[in-house]
Amino acid sequence: MKTTAELQQIATQVRRDILRMTTNAKSGHPGGSLGTADWFVAMNFNLMDFDPKNFTMSGEGEDMLFVSQGHITPVIYSTMARRGYFPVSELNTFRKFGTRLQGHPSTEHGLPGIRMASGSLGQGMSVGVGAALGKKMTGDKHLVYTMHGDGELEEGQIWEAAMFAGAKHVDNLIATVDYNNQQIDATVDEVMTLGDLKAKFESFLWKVVVIDNGNDMQQVLDGMAKAKQMSGQGSPVCVLLKTKMGFGVDFMQDTNKYHGSVLSADDLPKALAQLPETLGDF
Amino acid sequence: MTHYEKQSSKELRAGMGEGLVEAGRKNENVVALSADVKGSVKMDGFAKEFLERFIQCGIAEANMVGIAAGLSLCGKVPFIGGFAEFVTGRVYDQIRQVVCYSNKNVKICGSHAGISLGEDGATHQTMEDIALMKVLPNMTVLVPADFNQAKAATLAAAEHVGPVYLRLGRSKMPCFLPEGEKFEIGKAQLLSEGTDVTLFACGHLVWEALQAAEMLEKVGISCEVICPQDRRRRHLRGAPLQRRPRRQRGPDPRPPLPHSDGVRRCRR
Ligand SMILES: Cc1ncc(C[n+]2csc(CCOP(=O)(O)OP(=O)(O)O)c2C)c(N)n1
Ligand SMILES: [Mg+2]
Repeated sequence: MKTTAELQQIATQVRRDILRMTTNAKSGHPGGSLGTADWFVAMNFNLMDFDPKNFTMSGEGEDMLFVSQGHITPVIYSTMARRGYFPVSELNTFRKFGTRLQGHPSTEHGLPGIRMASGSLGQGMSVGVGAALGKKMTGDKHLVYTMHGDGELEEGQIWEAAMFAGAKHVDNLIATVDYNNQQIDATVDEVMTLGDLKAKFESFLWKVVVIDNGNDMQQVLDGMAKAKQMSGQGSPVCVLLKTKMGFGVDFMQDTNKYHGSVLSADDLPKALAQLPETLGDF
Repeated sequence: MTHYEKQSSKELRAGMGEGLVEAGRKNENVVALSADVKGSVKMDGFAKEFLERFIQCGIAEANMVGIAAGLSLCGKVPFIGGFAEFVTGRVYDQIRQVVCYSNKNVKICGSHAGISLGEDGATHQTMEDIALMKVLPNMTVLVPADFNQAKAATLAAAEHVGPVYLRLGRSKMPCFLPEGEKFEIGKAQLLSEGTDVTLFACGHLVWEALQAAEMLEKVGISCEVICPQDRRRRHLRGAPLQRRPRRQRGPDPRPPLPHSDGVRRCRR
């Protein structure tokens, strides 16, 4: 277990990784990655129970996470490497030919920590439901987590899965939504307003936890702990994690500009100047 | 060569249903999922015997594919059942991402496949499913020819580790292959020997091909009939790869081709 201050330091380093990886690759998705960095660090270092050194595909006896918006690989890979799944130096290979760190997660190169390909949006909750059912069938008390973009919720399959999980009491599933109100073309409100998202999930028979500031480490820890407490009581749990896309670098924040575009080599130092190196760069 | 003899007429989907129950008895990890068509795809027998291992997904095929992939992670062997079009074409991208590219042990049973589903009309007659499934990485496509083979193929699919698409029709079809014969994935079956023409057929067209071969034999054309199983995987192993020398014959007993000037051109 890390202290909140330690987790914040790791998150700062992860944000540096995200920017350096994407500028190095000249492509990638820094925006959503920066916004969810605190959540990924909290999950990987404190909240989830797993052993990165003994990765198994089956995830038996440990918590599992499925990231449904596969485009945020910079934060996925950085937190995985920092947590010990693979050497931090491998982050250099992100999006390069022959890498295990493809732009969207894939399984065929056997990267420990990745159980399912993702990238085509809308599929991760179904997979999470399946794994959660599998855990129930095999008597494994551990939890299954999924992570989704808010724009991703426009996909119909999400609501198929939500309907199933609520109706069938899949209460070992905790789905988190990165509620940043940003997607590619515009804000989520402009593209397809989600209306009262909390009420939507509740009407699908879920319990909902709202984290008002998903970029505040303590709030993330408390909110997710609450979600864990609410699990196992007959309903799946949804966490609405309000974040800011691009959080951590003032000129990248509150815009969808960096959803899928990266800083130039010239702009990178300006951003890194706002994020001190805490654990050593890769 | 496999001996064939018409015994009765039965539905291939029912062969899958029986095979699934047997697979369920053999392996407690076998689970079945359906999207409000468990009776139509003959999963009701399994659902009755293994209530807690049957998952009703409602009319939501995309979600069903994802759930199956998730279950497979936990060591389950999920069989998903639906109308062929709705468990292939409708969910192609789901199968591609979380079953095939992720190489998960999911079995997709598509019933009501092909044009044999006449009465239901074009929306239900998938003609594309084999083509769609066979181009996916890691996917094994099985197209059994009759009830007995459908049952055997279901058992083989349960034992095979990796994604499988099992294609089945709805209507009753002649049952002509030996009961209880083990189904070997990738091994073609030689059903009739012949020296003039080779007919390759899969699914219910195997029976049609055998009928055609018998008819052609009567007019002096000798037909070989081969039923391949999964064309990408060692597909002709077991079938004769070397042709026997052509039969030497006297004058051709067949009538000349319509445009013929007496010289046989493109018969073979
Ligand atoms: C099925 C599918 N359709 C479209 C895309 C292209 N796409 C990638 S990310 C994205 C926007 C996602 O928005 P959101 O889920 O809010 O993620 P964020 O931008 O906040 O990271 C789109 C449309 C995709 N990857 N998959
Ligand atoms: Mg978003």
